[in-house]
Amino acid sequence: MKYSIGGFCDLFLDFCKEVEELRDRLKLDGKLAIIDAKGLTHKELNDLMRYAVFELGARKFKLLNITGQRYIGTRLWAPNMEKLEIEVHGFPGNDLGAFLGGHKIVVYGNAQDGVGNTMDDGEIIVYGRAGDVVAMSMRGGRILIRDDVGYRTAIHMKEYKDKVPVLVIGGTAQDFFGEYMAGGRVVLLGLNLGDKPHRARYIGTGMHGGIMYIRGKVEQWQLGKEVGIVDMDDEDWKFLEKHVGDFCKEFGFDKDEILSGKFLKLKPVTKRPYGKIYAY
Amino acid sequence: MLEGEFHTYMLPEFIIERRQDRCIRCRVCERQCGFNVHWYDEEMDMMREDEMKCVGCQRCAVMCPTNALIVKPHPGSYKPNANWTRERLQDLKKQSETGGVLLTGSGNDKPYRIYWDHIVLNASQVTNPSIDPLREPMELRTFLGRKQDRLEFKFGEDFEDVEITTELYPNVQIETPIVFSAMSYGAISYQAFKSLAMAASEFGTLFNTGEGGLPKELRKYGKNAIVQCASGRFGVDPEYLNVAAVVEIKIGQGAKPGIGGHLPGEKVTMPISVTRMIPEGTDALSPAPQHDIYSIEDLSMLIYALKEATNYEKPVSVKIAAVHNAAAIASGMVRAGADIIALDGLRGGTGAAPKMIRDNVGIPIELALASVDQRLRDEGIRNKASILVAGGFRCSADVVKAIALGADAVYIGTPALVAMGCTLCQKCHTGICNWGICTQDPYLSRRLNPEIASKKLVNLLRAWSHEIKEMLGGMGINAIESLRGNRDHLRGVGLEDWELEVLGIKGAGE
Repeated sequence: MKYSIGGFCDLFLDFCKEVEELRDRLKLDGKLAIIDAKGLTHKELNDLMRYAVFELGARKFKLLNITGQRYIGTRLWAPNMEKLEIEVHGFPGNDLGAFLGGHKIVVYGNAQDGVGNTMDDGEIIVYGRAGDVVAMSMRGGRILIRDDVGYRTAIHMKEYKDKVPVLVIGGTAQDFFGEYMAGGRVVLLGLNLGDKPHRARYIGTGMHGGIMYIRGKVEQWQLGKEVGIVDMDDEDWKFLEKHVGDFCKEFGFDKDEILSGKFLKLKPVTKRPYGKIYAY
Repeated sequence: MLEGEFHTYMLPEFIIERRQDRCIRCRVCERQCGFNVHWYDEEMDMMREDEMKCVGCQRCAVMCPTNALIVKPHPGSYKPNANWTRERLQDLKKQSETGGVLLTGSGNDKPYRIYWDHIVLNASQVTNPSIDPLREPMELRTFLGRKQDRLEFKFGEDFEDVEITTELYPNVQIETPIVFSAMSYGAISYQAFKSLAMAASEFGTLFNTGEGGLPKELRKYGKNAIVQCASGRFGVDPEYLNVAAVVEIKIGQGAKPGIGGHLPGEKVTMPISVTRMIPEGTDALSPAPQHDIYSIEDLSMLIYALKEATNYEKPVSVKIAAVHNAAAIASGMVRAGADIIALDGLRGGTGAAPKMIRDNVGIPIELALASVDQRLRDEGIRNKASILVAGGFRCSADVVKAIALGADAVYIGTPALVAMGCTLCQKCHTGICNWGICTQDPYLSRRLNPEIASKKLVNLLRAWSHEIKEMLGGMGINAIESLRGNRDHLRGVGLEDWELEVLGIKGAGE
């Protein structure tokens, strides 16, 4: 399993060390596990984390020197499991918290592509920016990103009844923001824009569920043809009070100042954007 | 069928002959037809019909207690024309009346060459004996997943105990090289979905959830499930991934390569919306690409995301539509970490696809399979992934030929549907299915009893497995493993040189 032959190189598994060999990377302080991830592959790191949880009973993590390791938090699911808290120091790789099943991840640094990919539950907080496809197909839980995000953020987010994922972004987003959204709540605050407008195009293209709140300037031509601007109501303000409030508490912004800004509420114009294009 | 601003110029597809001397006005036909073809004329005390609505599914003819009904293609015809066929004319009229993209269901019905019908199998005669599977052991058991490059063994003292000392990759054992194709709950009814799960579990093979999720109460069938993670990511939660036998990334589908899917809002009923996690009545949109996969490297990223999510305990399959570069793509997929390559050919079925795509995009599975198997062998990586093939398998001989061409196992979709009652009327996309298979209407779907349908599916698997054993025995082979990629047992009849070359087989008599 460990070594390949015949010119076939496994991109991820070749030359991975076993947990026993990496045991000195892990320090346990009560329920807190501290891992020095310098130079570890994602599999080695995630092996160690799994070992710490299921063999040593760790419930909190402090991951140090994270440099590009993928899938942090992904392999920590078990039925009816206690929620873990994972502190990430450094720069996690792609798919941070992919398929996440309820844990809390806080990143002190920038995150890459695929943060919260198909995440089911839990919370991800990023003290920095994040890359493309943040919250792709997210099903539940909450993601807070302090700065900007990349392309196709919140693509195909979902919701069902009271299971409604939430994404709050402090900065701005790139094109295809909220594409195909089928549910969920997305808040884009534009705090770092000053007087400048958001630059994203095709916002909410193909959107057929969920709600987007955008603070700052957005022109009609930037919106996909499947979304419409609707008036804010009390429910919306209550929602923003709560989640923007938590965002401000986390990152140290002034909630009242942010909420005094102009918010645009976007909703799909129809649940069935493509209902009429077929001949049956 | 058409509702619109025009009086339709289309001809009815079917004609219904009602033998009045047999009709007892029991109105069974009326109740059985979800398309509302039959109705009772009280004044005249007789049954009547609206032929325009008839799809030719034969439900009424089968259920009629006195066999009073004959449903047959409508003899009314335009002037025969080899170029402008009736189908082309009808499609033109339909589009001019609706302005819509032609939508259809089930597999490609166009007369592309079916290579299975041009390949014949070998049998032993004098030089090695054939085997009788009724009285001698015969092995169909198949293992899906990555195989080691080499194995090391430890033998006990008397050489009776043998132990494999090499660490093995996760593999899934199936009792016959036939698994059920991906058909999602949403595309097919709960009853049909459950029937497939029950049959796979009873026979010791796999069913495929498609991308509609796996309802909570059916998760007990997880060890017989291939669960899909597709572009819409419907129903993908950590438990769903972890209860499964295999996780499959769906990139493409033979019936509609390169495009996504729209499960129409009419089919997104309450239970569907629970498993898919989208509001009731919305269109379930599966994007054309997976937006986290724009390259082989990205594919690798998702493969390993799924391996991480399942603790490296399950094989990960990647399914693509068979297209021109399938061999090169498959090589990349194996290198990206796929444990199973699933190929779906030109004749693969669907619950709904644009007709132009279904009928014109992709290549036949026979050619794709042969070229993929050959490419992986040439590159020395064939052992690193199993090959599962889909798209138009009609009988057990097709399965045997596919395995001799290099497949590890075969996906069957349409044969399973036919076993449950389907008659290939190709109206899956309408949401109405008189057989209770491809519908979410409870009135229609409850007529499919999973206890009965799963028995029929098990019967089908048993019959095919027995036939496969007979064919193997005839070739003097007693394990399916010995036939895999054994193209010497195949010969082509009526094929061109290039076709024989792609298939890697000799012509008959050579």
